[in-house]
Amino acid sequence: MNLASHYTYFVTILLLMVGLFIVIARSNLIKKLVGLGLFQTAVYLLYIAPGKLIGGVAPIIGEGFDVYSNPLPHVLILTAIVVGVATLALGLALVVRIKEAYGSIEEEEILERDAADELNATDRA
Amino acid sequence: MGAAAIGIARQRNLFGVVLLSGIYSFLMATLLVVLDAVDVAMTEAAVGAGISTVLLLGAIYLAGSTESKPIHKPWLPLFVVAVTGGVLVYGTLGLPAFSDPQAPIHQHVAPQYLKEGPEKTGVPNVVTEVLASYRGFDTLGETTVVFTAGIGVIALLRRGKPRKRFKSRDSAKAGDGGGAS
Repeated sequence: MNLASHYTYFVTILLLMVGLFIVIARSNLIKKLVGLGLFQTAVYLLYIAPGKLIGGVAPIIGEGFDVYSNPLPHVLILTAIVVGVATLALGLALVVRIKEAYGSIEEEEILERDAADELNATDRA
Repeated sequence: MGAAAIGIARQRNLFGVVLLSGIYSFLMATLLVVLDAVDVAMTEAAVGAGISTVLLLGAIYLAGSTESKPIHKPWLPLFVVAVTGGVLVYGTLGLPAFSDPQAPIHQHVAPQYLKEGPEKTGVPNVVTEVLASYRGFDTLGETTVVFTAGIGVIALLRRGKPRKRFKSRDSAKAGDGGGAS
């Protein structure tokens, strides 16, 4: 097995793991969304990289070219990018609402406040 | 690009995080050009580096731009991430090498798209041809998702305003100033 031939996969996995780490370990909600975006772009790379052929050109048919890179992953990822920005927008809208309702976008503080509210509710009951 | 990604993980000022993610997106777009995905690179530069950055800046304007110090030590997440990464690396060992013309991805439908596509549709750009002709339903689904997300954003952000006015009026009546919840 040749390490150099799998290099793109390793880069992709490094980026995937950094994104995953941000989503798990950081408590700030906006930062979690940025981490999610990182994970997403790494997935783009995971799809696009295997489609490349060394010596190939971008898949636009023209005179004098025989080898083209694979167009199918490009099509799929074009769709994924647009869907990604839609989910980002929805997530940020949720964050803004959470900020209005809780006064904070830190996961820990929000959980604390939820626990305190629950305690109050059981006391009253 | 790895450095930009790790910088995003370590930086606690959210403004810096957003700028770094913009830089990261541009680097990703450059890499996509190198990998012959010119259409994707253009979209990534416009959407990833442009619109996403604007959205994130708007959100930190509304929600504050500093992150508090993490309470927990990051060892458990780090461990989980390391194990997952290890398993994934192990998984890639069975995948075909980079730029191998015999890999299944280059054998199945792509040659057909490249050969028949221009004759059938008359579009020289194969990405456009596949997107618009062969896989048109993908775009329909994508439009549905974007539409739903748009409705969601409007519903979430619209509800805030009348309620707030309501709350502040109530608290003004009670005379205690701050709304309790």
